[in-house]
Amino acid sequence: MSSANDSGRRDFLKKAALAGTTVTVAPGVLLHTLEAAPRTEPVTDKVRWGMLIDTSKCVDGCKDCVEACDKENGLDLVNKPEGAPDDLWERQRPRWIRQVKLKDNLTGRVTTLPMMCQHCEYPPCVDVCPTGASFKRADGIVMVDRHICIGCRYCMMACPYKARSFIHADVAAKLTHTPRGKGCVESCNFCVHRLDNGQTTTACQDACKHQAIVFGDLKDPNSPVSKALKQYPSVAVRDDLKLNPGVRYTNI
Amino acid sequence: MTGKSSITLLAILVTGLLGGPVALAGEAVEGTAKADKLQNCVEPTPVMRRRHFEFIEHQRDLTVHQGIRGSKYSLAGCVDCHARRDGEGKPVPVNAEGQFCDQCHDYAAVEIDCFMCHSTVPGGK
Repeated sequence: MSSANDSGRRDFLKKAALAGTTVTVAPGVLLHTLEAAPRTEPVTDKVRWGMLIDTSKCVDGCKDCVEACDKENGLDLVNKPEGAPDDLWERQRPRWIRQVKLKDNLTGRVTTLPMMCQHCEYPPCVDVCPTGASFKRADGIVMVDRHICIGCRYCMMACPYKARSFIHADVAAKLTHTPRGKGCVESCNFCVHRLDNGQTTTACQDACKHQAIVFGDLKDPNSPVSKALKQYPSVAVRDDLKLNPGVRYTNI
Repeated sequence: MTGKSSITLLAILVTGLLGGPVALAGEAVEGTAKADKLQNCVEPTPVMRRRHFEFIEHQRDLTVHQGIRGSKYSLAGCVDCHARRDGEGKPVPVNAEGQFCDQCHDYAAVEIDCFMCHSTVPGGK
């Protein structure tokens, strides 16, 4: 294809994207734009959302993904309860992404990585939930239905990744797409409101300037995450538990 | 015009300005909600009055478990359409005293649990 043709095609895509439509680039491949329509059909298991995190690109001291997650999901609107000690608040405040630092005691090599809900295929939080509030969506996203959650926190104890948070006090301000109230458990949901509205990225991925996070459909062999998983050796954290998490890491 | 009558006139004007259509911050202005300009809701008004809670209760399961966000019924839609604005153009919570949700729920003495978690003003996705 000549370069003139190439630029014509690019212009067409740009214009189409500006018009806020969904463009079919090739059979089965859709370009979704920010203005894509909200979902009207139920999610199916033809898609499984997943993530690959390259810990060698993750920089010690960088908080971009955590801050973007807090902002996207309204976690920065949750205030410290009056009179609560600082250390207690730091331990108990809701956080969907934890920053974990690993040190190999033999070699002294330090690795930093973001740790969030790993969206297991066999999630222990779902196994232990007495009310059915903890559930796995057809597309692999593990979530809490807060209409049903009674706040017993069994799921927090069952999660080997320490991924879940509990809301201890009333929350004054909340976002429309992330309801939140006292007495429920919550965790990373892969920015489900974005996915349901036709977007295909998460806030943490967009925020990571080091490109350490690749997100996408694990069942689509052509998705960036599937290609990256095929190319690089990766591990599941606590692989011994056989949970088959949707989040995987390289260079740990 | 005598001095006394002009003072009275001024007093009337000032009270008229303060107590009249000028709304203070935080005070809802009538006619500023999207719904105020519409004939009826997503269903005819009598149906909405009787069954609005059923509509959103079924819809919540579809949204949370199946990811359907483009449905006809949605609590975010209720809030978006029924929230009035105050004198400064800021949205007033739909469950604030005298506002859309509160009016009937207060009269019927039915507590609304939605807003323990859900946002009471439009905004976000």
